[in-house]
Amino acid sequence: MSRGKATKTSARKTAGRRTMRVRDRKKPVTKPDSIGRADFLARAWTMEVEAAERYAMFADAMDEHNNREAAELFRKLARIEQRHADQLLEENPSSHPPVLSSAGVRWDDGEGPETAAPGDLHYRMQPYHALQIALACEKRANKFFTDVAGSTTDARVRKAAREMAGEEAEHVHLIEEWLRRTPPPDKDWEHDPDPPVVSD
Amino acid sequence: MHDRAGAGVPSFSIALTGSGGAGVMTAGNMLLEAAAQAGWYGLMVRSSGPQIRGGEAAALLRLAGRPVDCLDDRFDVVVGVDWQNIHRFADEIPLDAGSLMIGDPDQGNPPEVFTKRGVRLAQIPFKRMAKAIPGSWPNMIVLGVAGALVGLSAERLKSVVRNSYKKGGDGLAASLAAVDAGIAALKTLPETPRLGSPSRVEKKPRWLITGNEATGYGAVRGGVRFVAAYPITPATEVLEWLAPALAGVGGTLVQAEDELASINMAIGASFGGVPSLTATAGPGLSLMTEALGLAVAAEVPVVVVDVMRGGPSTGIPAKSEQGDVNIALNGLHGDAPRIVVAPNSIADCLTATQWAVHLSENLQVPAIVLSDQYFGQTRAVVDRPADVSFIGERVLAAPHTESYKRYAITESCVSPMAIPGTPGIAYTAEGLEHNERGIPSSQSGDHIAQLAKREGKLRQHDYGEHWAEIEGEGELAVLTFGSCSGPVREALARAAAEGIRARLVSMRLLSPAQPERLAKALEGVKRVLVVEQNHGAQFHRYLRADFDLPGEVLSFHRAGPLPIRPDEIYRKITEWSRA
Amino acid sequence: MTTAAAAVPITAQAFKADYKPIWCPGCGDYSVLASATKAFAMLELRPENVAIVSGIGCSSRIPAYTNCYGFHGVHGRALAAGTGLKIARPELTVLVAGGDGDGYSIGGNHFLHACRRNVDLTYVVMDNHVYGMTKGQPSPTTEPDWDSKLSPGGTGLRTFHPLVIALAAGANFIARAFSGDPNGTAQILAEAIRTPGFSFVEILSPCVTFRPEQRNWKSQVRPAPVAPTDDPARAARRIMTDDGFNIGVLYKGGRKPYQPAVGKGTKRSADLEAEFTV
Repeated sequence: MSRGKATKTSARKTAGRRTMRVRDRKKPVTKPDSIGRADFLARAWTMEVEAAERYAMFADAMDEHNNREAAELFRKLARIEQRHADQLLEENPSSHPPVLSSAGVRWDDGEGPETAAPGDLHYRMQPYHALQIALACEKRANKFFTDVAGSTTDARVRKAAREMAGEEAEHVHLIEEWLRRTPPPDKDWEHDPDPPVVSD
Repeated sequence: MHDRAGAGVPSFSIALTGSGGAGVMTAGNMLLEAAAQAGWYGLMVRSSGPQIRGGEAAALLRLAGRPVDCLDDRFDVVVGVDWQNIHRFADEIPLDAGSLMIGDPDQGNPPEVFTKRGVRLAQIPFKRMAKAIPGSWPNMIVLGVAGALVGLSAERLKSVVRNSYKKGGDGLAASLAAVDAGIAALKTLPETPRLGSPSRVEKKPRWLITGNEATGYGAVRGGVRFVAAYPITPATEVLEWLAPALAGVGGTLVQAEDELASINMAIGASFGGVPSLTATAGPGLSLMTEALGLAVAAEVPVVVVDVMRGGPSTGIPAKSEQGDVNIALNGLHGDAPRIVVAPNSIADCLTATQWAVHLSENLQVPAIVLSDQYFGQTRAVVDRPADVSFIGERVLAAPHTESYKRYAITESCVSPMAIPGTPGIAYTAEGLEHNERGIPSSQSGDHIAQLAKREGKLRQHDYGEHWAEIEGEGELAVLTFGSCSGPVREALARAAAEGIRARLVSMRLLSPAQPERLAKALEGVKRVLVVEQNHGAQFHRYLRADFDLPGEVLSFHRAGPLPIRPDEIYRKITEWSRA
Repeated sequence: MTTAAAAVPITAQAFKADYKPIWCPGCGDYSVLASATKAFAMLELRPENVAIVSGIGCSSRIPAYTNCYGFHGVHGRALAAGTGLKIARPELTVLVAGGDGDGYSIGGNHFLHACRRNVDLTYVVMDNHVYGMTKGQPSPTTEPDWDSKLSPGGTGLRTFHPLVIALAAGANFIARAFSGDPNGTAQILAEAIRTPGFSFVEILSPCVTFRPEQRNWKSQVRPAPVAPTDDPARAARRIMTDDGFNIGVLYKGGRKPYQPAVGKGTKRSADLEAEFTV
């Protein structure tokens, strides 16, 4: 639960407030000397599954607030992350496949590096914003694996970590490409002239 | 182009729907305001999903050349910025083959639950049109379309838009251009009935106001200068309006920690001599009952506004219902008579509340104002309510009155009240039964005397003509109160047009009961239809218990959340009068 | 409370209902829901043995979003209802939940007495310093200068300090969590539930609609600089000087929980007649 320094916001403010603030989390990474390969795989798999679950939750929240475009995009991202998790298992068959356990993996920063923070949502957000969130997640994941590769003494873990880092780097490129194909957010995308509503 | 003058339909109903921040409430408010400026009357009811932001929303408007007190039986036009979850409003937006639904072709078809009624469909690409005008929004296109449909001029609509930008913000030019684009798109639409020009017989002064605002203003006019507040849907706006308004006239509003605190604070302030009020809804009124009993026993004036909502318990907070008759009339333990007043229109929220303050102060008794969510949160164009002279005026005791008895038995049963700070007449206000001096007593003589005093002061008071609105003549009478008065009045007007004569009695003073006055109002009546919006026919039962009703009596009652519509009552009346 | 011997451990997902929350996207309560379900899974509870009792407000909507038993009661009385439930059915795991308005304002009196009574339940307050459901009025934890329609210019009142009150009133376990750290919050909740007696967890849970500036809480919270103490005097000093952003378990006492004996009578109803018989 240690957080190190206060977080820095990487608010990319282009003209007309086109982007939402997406927070970077700069934090110390667990020194994984003692992580064996099985543990490492479980951790990597958990990262993907937790990321998928989080995107699915975002999709539900967007659906409930009538933001179909953002909902669809988050569902796509959820499916992609789940596919990554499935691929991990396929490529690394084991007699004891990892199971998502609440007592299991603890992350330094509270949540997995690839898990998006709920605070970054906005009910009026546009697909571009969702992809910005995804990009930050993939970058963090890439950094996580790079750091593990650089600090572990276990050769097999290092090999696996390098592979993962490479995969995440590819994901980063894919998201960047996706972003290029996606229309930037409208000016005043947050605009909602109606006041909040009471129902209780 | 001027506002369209000349003949047309007397009333036009239009619903604006959209979700996810489409801004239909804002567009609806502007439409109502523009209509008001053009000399029309009208009202707007808001309906939304459970989300706090981004939910599905419907602005339900009715515009007319004469004052209207309720929604019509059907809508002429529905304009949808999009259709997401709009099917949830199906029950609130009755349509038929004569109705027109206008949607954005890029947003899919309107929900089947609407289209299967045989409505006409039309399409205007709101989103594309808004995109073509950088900085504009689809809801401004909708405003142009809706305004022109109704017959409002471009200038009229744009002046309202300009007003909304007075506090700054860019986008004015784009919004104006969007309104123009919406107006131009009208050419592509099928013919729709246009609203007839407003009656030019007399230009009365008019207001654009909600029932909650009118309630607050009525309190201020009645002399209230202390309010204790605890937020609750749908009463919060009464308190939020009062917060700055009271301060402006030298009064105070305090936010309490809960309803128990707010009612006790109000009673404390009133004991100190300051006319006091709080506003709440059903669950809050339930909490306040013990303290109200105290105010009855100790003869301390206080006004509680109950903006009724769907019940029981947490119920349906954002919808209207008339389900608190029982608790308002009977909710206190022991024999604890108090005043219950029910406004019968949005404008009457002011007059009735002002009257309630007056009665409460004069008779030194709590008064409950039975408003409801429909009145409270509907915005309407109303004729400016006539000034009434009701103001709270306590009978005060003079300093150093010899052998002062706070609870003295007098002819009127109202005894002069000592206000803290007045020398020589200090007393202790008592919830325990007491003698005339206010000393606690368990003596039978004192108990009977004080019970008779508290009951007598209400019974003997002359409430004048305000106890009810009585209109029309005939052997059939419709008895109602509160927000059912609007649809009943309209139903009777339609029946009258077909030669069916019927009387309206809309009761404003529910407690104490006025059986003699009602009997007089119903002289010659052979059939009584009682109309109310609750499941248990609470008002009907009250009438049967405490009044004499002539002839045959029928109860027409239904719970919320849907309003009772004029046509339902009209058909009941015509059926029955022909039977 | 028994758990079926399961080959696969129960997951947080098993505690989530299909019914989706209507909270505004970005609301901290989503994370609290995730943390609670994670905590239940960590403790290997079964949904049918958990009851979530709430009052009125955005946070109080939480029971319906789980597969546990739920009680969505009236405003401010959740602790009373939860107390009754736990005393009558001690084998259940009872979680009482609500917001700062529901809990510290109208619920204030019951809060005092629940801490004092020390029944074995866990009370979670999702604190966002505002009345969200009724569109933004100040709550007892709102800063004195926060402008609102109901209190223009601010209330001018000192804020309520729930952790201080809890300690003074006798709560046995006092912690603060932050919704922005769902796993950490899950750990705290699990410990709170595991600890016998009245466990109070205040969770800072930002309101993105009425208090958007609370997105900054992420950079203001910090782990509590000291380990939890079981010494009330030390805890008092710590909590009285707390600035509202220290995260972690702050106090963990050893008070025996209050639980009257239930179902342990030795008499039959007919035996009671003896006292009246002439």
